[in-house]
Amino acid sequence: MRYLPLTPTDRESMLAVIGASSIDDLFVDVPEEARLSGPIADLPGHASELAVERHMTALARRNTVAGEVPFFLGAGAYRHHVPASVDHLIQRGEFLTAYTPYQPEIAQGTLQMLFEFQTQVARLLGTDVANASMYDGSTACWEAIGMARRITRRGKAILSGGLHPHYVSVARTMAKYTGDQLDTASPVLSAQGDLDALIAKIDDDTSCVVVQYPDILGRIADLTPLADACHAKKALLIAVVTEPVALGAIRSPGEMDADIVVGEGQSLGVGLQFGGPYVGLFGCKDKYVRQMPGRLCGETVDADGRRGFVLTLSTREQHIRREKATSNICTNSGLCALAFSIHMTLLGEAGLRRLAAINHAGAVAAAERLAQVPGVELVTDRFFNEFTLNLSQEARPVVRTLADRGILAGVSLGRLYPGEGDLANGLVVAVTETTTAEDVETLAAALQEVLA
Amino acid sequence: MSINQSGWRPTAPQAGGAGAPTFTGNKALMLEEALIFEIGDTETTGVDFTGVAAAPAGDRLGGLARSAPIGLPGLAEPEAVRHYTRLSRQNYAIDLGLFPLGSCTMKHNPRLNEKMARLPGFSDVHPLAPVDTVQGALAVIHQLAHWLVTLTGMTSVAMSPKAGAHGELCGILAIKAALEKRGEGHRKVILVPESAHGTNPATAAFAGFSVEDIPATADGRVDTAALIARLGPDVAGVMITNPNTCGLFERDLKTISDAVHAAGGYVYCDGANFNAIVGRVRPGDLGVDAMHINLHKTFSTPHGGGGPGSGPVVFSEALTPFAPLPFVEQTDAGFRLVEEENAEDHHADSFGRMVAFHGQMGMFTRALTYILSHGADGLRQVAEDAVLNANYVLRSLEDTLDAPFARSGPCMHEAIFSDAGLAEGFSTIDIAKALIDEGFHPMTMYFPLVVHGAMLVEPTETESKAALDQFIGALRSVAERAKAGDQALKTAPHFAPRARLDETRAARKPILVWKEPTPVAAAAE
Repeated sequence: MRYLPLTPTDRESMLAVIGASSIDDLFVDVPEEARLSGPIADLPGHASELAVERHMTALARRNTVAGEVPFFLGAGAYRHHVPASVDHLIQRGEFLTAYTPYQPEIAQGTLQMLFEFQTQVARLLGTDVANASMYDGSTACWEAIGMARRITRRGKAILSGGLHPHYVSVARTMAKYTGDQLDTASPVLSAQGDLDALIAKIDDDTSCVVVQYPDILGRIADLTPLADACHAKKALLIAVVTEPVALGAIRSPGEMDADIVVGEGQSLGVGLQFGGPYVGLFGCKDKYVRQMPGRLCGETVDADGRRGFVLTLSTREQHIRREKATSNICTNSGLCALAFSIHMTLLGEAGLRRLAAINHAGAVAAAERLAQVPGVELVTDRFFNEFTLNLSQEARPVVRTLADRGILAGVSLGRLYPGEGDLANGLVVAVTETTTAEDVETLAAALQEVLA
Repeated sequence: MSINQSGWRPTAPQAGGAGAPTFTGNKALMLEEALIFEIGDTETTGVDFTGVAAAPAGDRLGGLARSAPIGLPGLAEPEAVRHYTRLSRQNYAIDLGLFPLGSCTMKHNPRLNEKMARLPGFSDVHPLAPVDTVQGALAVIHQLAHWLVTLTGMTSVAMSPKAGAHGELCGILAIKAALEKRGEGHRKVILVPESAHGTNPATAAFAGFSVEDIPATADGRVDTAALIARLGPDVAGVMITNPNTCGLFERDLKTISDAVHAAGGYVYCDGANFNAIVGRVRPGDLGVDAMHINLHKTFSTPHGGGGPGSGPVVFSEALTPFAPLPFVEQTDAGFRLVEEENAEDHHADSFGRMVAFHGQMGMFTRALTYILSHGADGLRQVAEDAVLNANYVLRSLEDTLDAPFARSGPCMHEAIFSDAGLAEGFSTIDIAKALIDEGFHPMTMYFPLVVHGAMLVEPTETESKAALDQFIGALRSVAERAKAGDQALKTAPHFAPRARLDETRAARKPILVWKEPTPVAAAAE
């Protein structure tokens, strides 16, 4: 076995040092009836690199690669070009094979990177502080709701219909067990979001309002009136950003006075990866930092007075507080946070703004082109890089038909909201810098045929 | 616009230890590195773009264009590569040497796993693509699930939990759902041994249970009698780690499981240490109802400096109906995803969704690659070598360091020592920090809580005998110095990029983001 350095001779001499006659002597504490006498039957034996590579490559070939076809999927996961140096750097063994930086003297690389990440994320989201990352956007969103409950000591959260349905699902699952009350709604296929309706729902029991920006249909709206309405009732505004590249073009939720801003950071550095691992972004106002979940990295000095970084405020966390912790979370998404941070550093502010502008311009052009197809109506009028079309027929079968033709046309609302007839004709289309004008023409032509 | 308008640079560090300070603060290959906010500016970019973005006619951003400066520094590619490469060299890592962090399982991360995860057919696939176009991805999930279920002797597996603690939550929520289905939602107590990971009580409390500690016996195992005596109509279940955090196999687990089941409860097993028994013991044979598997421990997916992890949860027949969505099912027409819309068919009791999309796919490809590489025989050898290495360390050092459970018999994959017998005023941290100077990552310190000044050493199976002998020699040397009261240990490490860091100061006035510095004199306080 290529990964096991011990030789049979080593094993024998080590058993002698231990004073055991065979390896079985070291498993004597296992009750006899639970001991397996040999390798489990019906499972194959070890295999060479070449054999494993063949097996995995054959499986990989059974997937349609996003980069090889006209591709328009978004809805919480976006395809962006990731510079080659990002993947090179995250594969350095000192990053890849390090542990959580519990011994800061020999983990300054990870710690400084996290400090830089926290600062980048806070600035992007417009918050005072940010943590060292969460599992993903959906779990960050739920953790924010829990945090709002702890801060306001109220248990009712109002969720916008524009919030990603998987995020709503996660919150619904968790709320069953924590006793939080969730006020949810389905989106409506219209240019307007539900901000006015949300404002009308806020009352003295409301802990928070959760709104996605841009929302699941791609819509964007000024959150300031909603923030004001929340604050008038001493509730918190939680904004969810699933496409962080948007914040290179549009005002950040923090600038609009959101109290907690969470997000999915996958767009930068991480790639699609069939849904994970991704990286949750979590920022908030300074005054709430001690109620934040997750790891935090902070600046300090060492015994010689040199600047250094450590994990800090860990009295919030499970390994200290056990059952009284702010969250049971024991890990962040370190390597994905690193990928995000490197990509952001390569872009810089100028590059991020340029990238965002290209995305937006491409999306506007695509929306206008697709709206010319008979049977296609553009629902969203203000959007960043993702918009919703209302087709003349159910969108889900259309998506399948187009997939058969080698076009990944977008995410049908039927997939996201099964059984909701009012939404069935909706198709969410994302356009990024990886989408070409030819891709858009191919989609337009195919849609025209399929809808005819 | 420049980020660092003041022109301020971090002060050249004073060289600690031997040698004259250098102008730069660098010491040959030990290189200092400033923050991106100090070396970058907002005009520089390391990314070129194809095509020109003509601004769309009319404002399609609804008047929300971001006009204020954001403050994100950029670096050209050579600067960025150098920045992160220099940072990386301030980290210890498995690739550099033995990383004996008990309970964390820092084993070698095979690079084939990385290569496979990067095949475009896995890395460049959207989670909401039509299922007909992602049959290979679903096959990976299905094949890995089959291995996990078979290796553990369980009935089903939930693949979506994002990490170990998330897996614990998955298992506990399934227990809660099962109790509620039975009309026994009044069972509110979860029993947790005091040697448990902190995540166990935090998870149970999150799910609305009250947590009661079960003491350990003098030989480092759960007090079976005390546990069984506490069972009753208010007990929902137990969370038990096996092998436990003292590195010992819980011999009575089957007895405990039978008693818990007889009393109407469920058994959650923390599978963080499954690597010690994979291929030799199936937890399903011990009466376990749910167990998470840290793919980043047993199955070698990289720890990445703190995640991402992956924590699939295997379930017994009793808990299978309550497993979370989504999951992958094989049909005659290929693989399909069971999600909210089609769960009603035969999974109506599922407790729901825990994450967006389908879990840590990138970890599944790595773990499956690892598993196929080892095969059933190799995985069994993994457990045997892990246990052999740990016992070799235990027996080689028990004459030097206090080993509280050495007489209890062999350990499993990790050996535990205590700070008993060190000179007055010396503790585990001094040994740990001195090990840094010897070129090793320290062992887990002060955990589990049931051992005073615990040092938990987990060498893993990917260490050679020569590497173990060197580590044993270093630890023996450091321990002798701590017993002799060598004051130099109190200020160790001396040769690391940083000396001991002031954690109290960090927590008292937290500085969590970089801010434009005030002049150096004022910043020094």
